[in-house]
Amino acid sequence: MKDLKYILPGILFGIVLTKSQVISWFRINSMFKFEEAHMYLIICSAIAIGLVSYLLIKTFKIKDVKGGKIKISEKEMNKGVVIGGAIFGLGWAVTGACPGPIFAQIGAGELPAIFTFTGAIIGAFLYTRLKSKLPH
Amino acid sequence: MEIINELSKWYVAGPLIGLFVPFFLLFGSKMFGISSSFDYICSVIFPGSNKENITDFVNKNRWKFYFVIGITIGGWIANFLLSETPEKFLPESYHSLLGYVQLLAGGILVGFGTRYANGCTSGHSITGISTLQKSGIIATIFFFVGGLIMTFLFY
Repeated sequence: MKDLKYILPGILFGIVLTKSQVISWFRINSMFKFEEAHMYLIICSAIAIGLVSYLLIKTFKIKDVKGGKIKISEKEMNKGVVIGGAIFGLGWAVTGACPGPIFAQIGAGELPAIFTFTGAIIGAFLYTRLKSKLPH
Repeated sequence: MEIINELSKWYVAGPLIGLFVPFFLLFGSKMFGISSSFDYICSVIFPGSNKENITDFVNKNRWKFYFVIGITIGGWIANFLLSETPEKFLPESYHSLLGYVQLLAGGILVGFGTRYANGCTSGHSITGISTLQKSGIIATIFFFVGGLIMTFLFY
């Protein structure tokens, strides 16, 4: 039950994604057609704030809320990042949703996104089954 | 309502999204990312499918499940309580049998691709690049390679 509290930042995140139309298929489509800067500005300003926060944490050795050292886990660079990344990109353009927005679309009443969600779970399951046979 | 409508501006929404990176780092060295929640849901639906120590994995990742439940509720609040008229986020053509098939197929690509790449827009593009990881930059480039190809060919 101690994890239940994470519902609150989730709600806030869902509201921001929805009100800024990051969950809109039309916005994603315009992004991939380079028709408008909206999505690029959101992604870049999010990274900028994340980067400044990271550098502050690192420079001033800021501790977490329990006073422990903040650990940054490194994601391994492998072939999966390239191949899997491109496969995700193909799906992103079809569904107009990366993983977070799938949930927000469902909440916002776009019920066909339940199919996107079902597909994503099937896809994740297929990956666990095929993992050992794929190049990494 | 005025303040809520400010959230539609990129210079409000983008920085707020970025703040989730330090938020999760400060609350227990968590790396902000969403596609790993698919892994969690999979492990619960199909126990024993992939992880050696399933109980440990489930306990460590349960917070992601609550986080995405929160996102769903947030979507509802934003579109039905905080908007004068609810908005549409998917094209009309997706509200049909063919549309459902397209979304299911696209969803499979999203789920498979993000797990194979070990992250999505939040984990790789936002958290990864913010914490200066090479994989984050490479992943983001290839998200766009895939997206541009699909958009160029069919949309």
